[in-house]
Amino acid sequence: MRFMVIVKATAESEAGVMPTTAELEEMMKYNEELVKAGVMLAGEGLQPTAKGFRVQMDGAKRTLVDGPFAETKELIAGYWIWEVKSREEAIAWAKRCPNVAGAGKRGEIEVRQIFDAADFGDALTPELRAKEEALRQQAAARG
Amino acid sequence: MSTEATHRTIDAVYRMESAKLIARLTRLTRDVGAAEELAQSALLAALEQWPVSGVPDNPAAWLMQTAKRRAIDGMRHLKVRDKKQDELGYTTELTKTVPDLEAAVDDDVGDDLLRLVFIACHPVLSTEAQVALTLRLLAGLTTGEIARAFLVPEATIGQRIVRAKKTLSDKQVPFELPRGEERKARLASVLTVIYLIFNEGYSATSGEDWVRPELCQDALRLSRILSTLMPDEPEVHGASALMALQASRIAARTDADGEPVLLADQNRARWDYTLIGYGLKALERAEELDADLGPYALQAAIAACHARARTAEATDWSRIAALYGRLAALTGSPVVELNRGVAIGMASGPAAGLAHLDACDMSALASYPLLPAVRGDFLQKLGRFAEAREELTRAARLAQNDREKKLLRDRAARCGQG
Repeated sequence: MRFMVIVKATAESEAGVMPTTAELEEMMKYNEELVKAGVMLAGEGLQPTAKGFRVQMDGAKRTLVDGPFAETKELIAGYWIWEVKSREEAIAWAKRCPNVAGAGKRGEIEVRQIFDAADFGDALTPELRAKEEALRQQAAARG
Repeated sequence: MSTEATHRTIDAVYRMESAKLIARLTRLTRDVGAAEELAQSALLAALEQWPVSGVPDNPAAWLMQTAKRRAIDGMRHLKVRDKKQDELGYTTELTKTVPDLEAAVDDDVGDDLLRLVFIACHPVLSTEAQVALTLRLLAGLTTGEIARAFLVPEATIGQRIVRAKKTLSDKQVPFELPRGEERKARLASVLTVIYLIFNEGYSATSGEDWVRPELCQDALRLSRILSTLMPDEPEVHGASALMALQASRIAARTDADGEPVLLADQNRARWDYTLIGYGLKALERAEELDADLGPYALQAAIAACHARARTAEATDWSRIAALYGRLAALTGSPVVELNRGVAIGMASGPAAGLAHLDACDMSALASYPLLPAVRGDFLQKLGRFAEAREELTRAARLAQNDREKKLLRDRAARCGQG
C-alpha cells in the first residue's frame, strides 16, 4: 500500500530559511534508510508558498490568488511517496523521521494512504465505466 | 496500545528488520538457519516483552541487540565447551571472532545483506528453493504467505525452506560476495529469481486471478533494495526499471469484469505514473552505467517506449523494432524475433513484418499459438485471406485457453467471408 507523507510547513520553511548542515545530514541519512529499504518511490521539498498560487473555484468562476499564505501550520513544505506492506510499517517509518522543523522545535508530518485502482472499484459509477469503455473503443478503432 | 495493536506493530517492525537481522547474524554464525532461529527468538522476546513494557523507542535496535546478545551467549557457551576441548587441542574459528562481535554489529549492514541475497539465490539450490528462500529471508514473508502466493500447501514451502537451509549448511556455502566472472553469473541468478517472483504476480500462471499484485510489490521492493546494494550494476537498474514499468500497467490490464485488456486498448489514464517515473529514472541510470544495454535494460527500454506514448498510436514502433533487434542479437530467442516481427509490422507495414518472420528460423515455435496468430494477422491485412484463415485456424488449435481459441476461430471465420 502506498502512502503520502506530508511535511508541514514552519515559519522558517515559509521564510525560505534552509536547514542547517547537521539537520540536512540527519534528513539525508533518513532518506537513505528509506531508499535502502525499498520504501521510497518519490519525495521532494517544496519552495515557500510565496512562490506558489491558488486557484479558487466558485461555480464556473476561477480566481487566482498569489502566495504567500497565512495559516502556516496548514501549509505543506514537502512530501514523500512510500510503498509499504502495512499501515503499521508506515507508522514505524514515520516515527523514525527526524524532526522536520529542526532539533528542539515543534514539527509535524501527516501520513495519508493513497487510493489505488482497486479502491476506485465501487466509486467508479456505471456511467463512468461506460464512458471509459467508450473511450477505450474509440482508441481501439483508431489503432 | 492494545496487545493486538502491539502485535501488529511487532509484525511490521520484524518484517522491516528481519533481513538485516538475519544478514548480520549469518555473518556471526556463518549459518543461515541458525541466524534465522536467532532472529526468530528475538521476535519471540519482543512478543513477550513489548505488550508489557511498551514498544521501545528504537525497536530495530532492540531486536538487533537482543538477537546479538543471544548469538554471543550461544557462542560463549560454545567457547566454554571449547575451552574444555582445547585441553584436547580443539579450537574453532567461530569462537575466535567473539571479541570482534560488538564492533561487527555496529558497522554498515549493507554488505551482509548483499551476501544474504547471494546465498539465498545460490546455484546449489533449485530455482524453487531460491524463490522460497528469497521471499522468506529477504522479503520477510511467512511460510504461509509464500504458500498462498504460489498456491501450494504450506507444508511444501516449509519443507522446501528447511531443505534449502540444510543444503547450504551441508555444502558449506560461504557467506561471501562473489567476485569477477563468478559475480556476473551469480548476479544473473539473483535477477532471475526476483523477476520470476515478479512474473508469478504479474501473469499468474495458476489460480483464478490474472495478477497477484502483492507478489509484484515484493519483487519491486527487492529490486529497489538490490539497486542500493549494487548501485554500479547496470542490469540491476535495468531489471528494476523493467518491473516498475510493467507494474505501472497493472490497473489497466484488466477491465471491470477481470477480463484482460490488450496494451493498445488500455486506458492510459489508469497507468501508474509514479511507477513510470521511477522506472524511467532507473532505466536512465542503467544507460548511464553502460550504453551497451543488457537484456533487462533492453526490455525496460522497450517498455519505456510504451510508457512514453500518450496514446497507442503515438508509440515509436521503429525504435521498439530496433531494440528487439538488439535483444535478439543478445538472446538469439525466436520469441524475441517474433516480437520484433510484430514491431516491424507496426512500424513498416504487414509485408515487412511477414518478410521478417519468413527470414527467421521459427522451428522452435512450432507449437506456439502466437506465431500463426501474428502471421494470420499480417496475411489478413495483406488481403491474403485463404492463407490467413489457415494460420488463424492453426493458432486456434494450438491456443490453451478457451477464450483465446474462440477469438481466433472467429477471426478465421471472418477471413472466409472476405
